[in-house]
Amino acid sequence: MKTARVAFGGAIHTAYPDEHGVRLADGRRVPEDAVVWLPPFDVGTVIALGLNYADHVKELSKELTVSAKDEPLVFFKGPGTLLGHRGHTRRPADVSFMHYECELAVVIGREARRVRAGDAMAHVAGYTVCNDYAIRDYLENWYRPNLRVKNRDGCTVLGPWFVDAADVPDPHALTLRTSVNGKITQQGHTANMINGIPALIEYLSEFMTLRPGDVILTGTPDGVVNVEVGDEVVTEIEGIGRLVNTIVGDDIFGR
Amino acid sequence: MTAPEFSFEVAPYRLSGAVYGALLNDPLQLAALGDALYGAPYKAPPAHPVLSVKPRNTLAEEGAAVVVPQGVDGLEMGASLGIVIGRAACRVAQQSALDVVAGYVIVNDISVPQSGPARHYRPGVRHRARDGFCPIGSQLIAAGMVRNPDSLAVRVYLDGMLVHESSTARRTRSVARLIADVSEFMTLQPGDLLLLGAAHDAPLARAGQAVLIEIEGLGRLAHRLVAGPVHA
Repeated sequence: MKTARVAFGGAIHTAYPDEHGVRLADGRRVPEDAVVWLPPFDVGTVIALGLNYADHVKELSKELTVSAKDEPLVFFKGPGTLLGHRGHTRRPADVSFMHYECELAVVIGREARRVRAGDAMAHVAGYTVCNDYAIRDYLENWYRPNLRVKNRDGCTVLGPWFVDAADVPDPHALTLRTSVNGKITQQGHTANMINGIPALIEYLSEFMTLRPGDVILTGTPDGVVNVEVGDEVVTEIEGIGRLVNTIVGDDIFGR
Repeated sequence: MTAPEFSFEVAPYRLSGAVYGALLNDPLQLAALGDALYGAPYKAPPAHPVLSVKPRNTLAEEGAAVVVPQGVDGLEMGASLGIVIGRAACRVAQQSALDVVAGYVIVNDISVPQSGPARHYRPGVRHRARDGFCPIGSQLIAAGMVRNPDSLAVRVYLDGMLVHESSTARRTRSVARLIADVSEFMTLQPGDLLLLGAAHDAPLARAGQAVLIEIEGLGRLAHRLVAGPVHA
């Protein structure tokens, strides 16, 4: 089953895919662009992975001062950075390199504490698509990636659909693809994750209890390019969803 | 693993659960790094606030038993002033930043000590975000009751003995400046907690010890440390 959370007509609804848009839980059928899409589940802790695809590590190797080690590179995000499908993400006027990252987002459904990899998938509720923007101009080498790069308002896009784990037989066999204004700029495959989902859940749950709604953003493959104001960025994962985001400028924020 | 709810069920008197902590906000912490500030992997001193996120699994109440993992001698007691946000804060000017503060609490930003020249390079979540690693005091002191949040004595006691004394005065970014710099790129919401950050040379505490943190005018936060289970 696929579900979304949308705002329509003054209330927040659970919505389902429909031939011409979405069907609200109350029976109404509405065009996709007539609703406001929210992140598709009640989001708890946002756990993000850096450098989790071998090809992306190679892509960034020139600027890495320390090579990717065995321990996963993990960082957290706060709630203010979240955004839904068809949302607008601000690109500050003073930057030269802001890029998307298409990532498989793994949603925890059952509390996980010291879970072994072999048992880990039983703790997964489902999946969605994430576009985890970064602004490289703001990178500093202190607790990197620093929050000014990765925890900006509206820079972590989730959706459109939450897809039940039961409907995704193998989450490590999915194609990821990003296009900017219709041109494909990034392609990858979840089989190329350095640390797969069971390994990540085992690693994380050893020191932190994972709870329902916590989400693991599993990293991005290579092919990240700069985006400009006005660009439409579509991050898509086979069988999970097609997540649309538009880059906007400072002006509408009064900056 | 729950944040204190104080006495009302509405933000900011019920914390949102979002906790952001300043790191390396004591100039002595950077000074202690010496030339390493300019070497690999840092290459330059931080130009903007150095921040971490304390996720919800780290939140602990007054009196909590915080687990010292097996094989770890002691934990760093990052006694910090906790700034409770009272109003949505986006691009707040330093001059008016204290207007968005609802009040203050005592927080212990606990971490497993890390060594080596690159210890400040990565977020180090395994060292900083373990279950219970963010005990929060149960008393919120309204902003109006605190005359100057940038001049408060901070004391750490272990088993009743004073082991560390510092002041919120010695900070690269004051309370107002920190709010201004953080809200430039991320909006803070009512009930969010922003930590001013611990002082240089945070004391280590061992399993079995009783921890008490006192901040002038804010009361006390007490909790204890217990030994972790042996892994199978």
